[in-house]
Amino acid sequence: MTRKQRRLTIIGGSLAVLAVAAALVLNAMRDSIVFFSTPAMVAEKHIQAGKRFRLGGLVQPGSLVRGDHLAVTFSVADGSATLPVSYKGILPDLFREGQGVVAEGALDSSGVFKADTVLAKHDETYMPKEVADALKKQGHWKDDYGRKPDYSVKSAGGTSLAPQAKQGISQ
Amino acid sequence: MIAEAGHYALVLALALALIQSTLPILGARWRDPALMNVARSTALAQLLFVAASFAALVTLHVTSDFSIVNVFENSHSLKPLIYKITGVWGNHEGSMLLWVSILALFGGLVAAFGNNLPLSLRAHVLAVQAWIASAFYLFILITSNPFLRIANPPIEGRDLNPVLQDIGLAVHPPMLYLGYVGFSISFSFAVAALLEGRIDAAWARWVRPWTLVAWIFLTLGIAMGSYWAYYELGWGGWWFWDPVENASLMPWLAGTALLHSAVVMEKRNALKVWTILLSILTFSLSLLGTFLVRSGVLTSVHAFATDPTRGVFILLILCIFIGGSLTLYAWRASALKQGGLFAPISREGALVLNNLFLTTACATVFIGTLYPLALEVLTGEKISVGAPFFNLTFAPLFLPLMIAVPFGPLLAWKRGDLLGAAQRLTAAGVAALFAIAVLWAWTRGGSALAPLAIGLAVFVIAGALSDLAERTGLFRVPFGTAMRRARGLPRSSWGTVFAHAGVGVALIGIVCETTWNSEYIGSMKPDDVAKIAGYELKLDGVTQRQGPNFREMVAQFTVSLDGKLLSTMTPSKRNFTTRAMSTTEAALLTRGASQLYISLGDTAADGAIAVRIYHKPLVLLIWFGPVLMAVGGMLSLSDRRLRVGAPKPAKVPRGLQAAE
Repeated sequence: MTRKQRRLTIIGGSLAVLAVAAALVLNAMRDSIVFFSTPAMVAEKHIQAGKRFRLGGLVQPGSLVRGDHLAVTFSVADGSATLPVSYKGILPDLFREGQGVVAEGALDSSGVFKADTVLAKHDETYMPKEVADALKKQGHWKDDYGRKPDYSVKSAGGTSLAPQAKQGISQ
Repeated sequence: MIAEAGHYALVLALALALIQSTLPILGARWRDPALMNVARSTALAQLLFVAASFAALVTLHVTSDFSIVNVFENSHSLKPLIYKITGVWGNHEGSMLLWVSILALFGGLVAAFGNNLPLSLRAHVLAVQAWIASAFYLFILITSNPFLRIANPPIEGRDLNPVLQDIGLAVHPPMLYLGYVGFSISFSFAVAALLEGRIDAAWARWVRPWTLVAWIFLTLGIAMGSYWAYYELGWGGWWFWDPVENASLMPWLAGTALLHSAVVMEKRNALKVWTILLSILTFSLSLLGTFLVRSGVLTSVHAFATDPTRGVFILLILCIFIGGSLTLYAWRASALKQGGLFAPISREGALVLNNLFLTTACATVFIGTLYPLALEVLTGEKISVGAPFFNLTFAPLFLPLMIAVPFGPLLAWKRGDLLGAAQRLTAAGVAALFAIAVLWAWTRGGSALAPLAIGLAVFVIAGALSDLAERTGLFRVPFGTAMRRARGLPRSSWGTVFAHAGVGVALIGIVCETTWNSEYIGSMKPDDVAKIAGYELKLDGVTQRQGPNFREMVAQFTVSLDGKLLSTMTPSKRNFTTRAMSTTEAALLTRGASQLYISLGDTAADGAIAVRIYHKPLVLLIWFGPVLMAVGGMLSLSDRRLRVGAPKPAKVPRGLQAAE
């Protein structure tokens, strides 16, 4: 086999594998990407029942009801709309009323968001970034939300939102 | 005083790195051995000063000097000593200091053990290493100084994030960094080869052990991190396809490919240009990982935009090094001569296939990790690319690779015999079919994919073993002879067997855990019994306890199997007052390679406590596999040909091809 033939074989093989990979990626992009919405966006977009998406917002104070067998219902609000959510299971350690939350699931036929995952926040000052961004856009953002307690530092360092626990773990 | 000394040591290290990055190159240009040897002494001195700086930060943390911002923000006087030490790298500034310390360590090792390298190659390698080091020293000194003082020192610190107060933090980040940063050596060798314009088999023989060391640490680091997430985050997941994890997986995939292509280069003097490119890409992915984790771009694109100093600085380092090395590659790679010829069906061909699939899989992970970020920056639209995406792209690309794994070592160099290899794998194929049939019968009605995947894993393991049997002539020659041959086999062959078998073992663990995992979620009161996978777990009671810097609620469970008492398990929930955070400490009971897993949820008003109980069959194999791979790597590293070092070029250097 000559050098040219070998090169053609390798290039051909590579192109074939790359084509397969590209097809796989495009296919996966179509089906398995989850969009993020706030209750107001849900109302606007008329998302169909059964289509999975991520819902983000603040847990409406006073809306949390615990039922039997770890069933819970609560409402997620973003300042202009609210959406009832039902979930069965253990809520994350830092799930609180009035705080940001992201839930993944789909709407059922009666318009209740059935969540199968409620994403954990890992710090009392941390807010899921999608929620923070969405609230900022709508003007419900309080500037002091993520700020650290004050202390005087000789030279200013950057303050940022506390990182997620996973990021902490990989430090 | 200690803080200032530490800071000063870091500045001196920067000065040394600047010298190391220029003088040796000039020395190589002017063929001046004295100047080239500057690299050696500066690399060792640099290591000394960085180590001093790191020791200073450790001392400050151990003595709880809260006049230092870094200590104040991440430590607490009541924290146990081990977490005071590990807390050093449990934050941005400290972990960057660890990063450069390890970089200096690798530079120092090349300087110390590189006596048999050609002088100009060593000078070039250490100079490139110093370029990287200078960039990161500047980054630390300008944007993230760990030795900053507070004007009015507080009495007590703000404590380390409780999730990080775990033994995992002592092991995982240093391991991961040893892996990440270790790839800087192969990068430096690649750039040095491009600068010198020549490359030979001795080069590959030198690069391979360093890549192997980095790869071993990265493998163990990723596995350790995965096990840590599994028991610490409280819901029994061990891989999340989280960008932070992907950041470590991408260099691992590229590094694995590099490991294999370096073999071809060393043995057959082929694939040179590709090996150089892979060396560059692997370290570039390590840098990308550092950028993703350290710049805050993952937490929020907006946080990145409002406080861009750190992120932009790392992005700049990223662009300079990746852009610069790739430009150099484009400019000089054509100067490197082509290597030996080989047929597509051959050992080389198999290794090319391996590289093709590993790099493609790496590319899909890259797309899945960066696409959401790019989309958000460009259009503002937010999407989340999670496990389903990676399962649909990464898994299908890994399957053909796994099927091909056993064939590789059985093919001859240059021109292989696929039919012959297939014949020698008959036993492995039969074992795989047998495993599939047994599992199929046993789990009738269940998922068809699981038995097939386990069959594939069995094929990989049995294939690795039949390679061993083939080499020793087991079953063909008397047993004693086979044993003697086994002892005489090169350690690297043993390494291959272990590493390939490790892949199969990990796959069995992954399939079993995801397919036959059973869970019980419910609220329990004292004396309630939960039943799962044949085990009975009775909640005996709940007690409160005071820890050093937390209060904890401990639940005690008695575990019995078929009415026989086995053991007790005590999961707990800890409340850390300083940060007002709680963590869930899961309880694990190991039965063979399977585990029972209990984690606690909230307590209701009536005293009932929410619990999650999992039975995870063969889950430990997920981490035992990588450990086997690392053992294989270590065996390969102890191979005689690497210990005796690279051979001196012969009088007529066949492998040596000068560009000029």
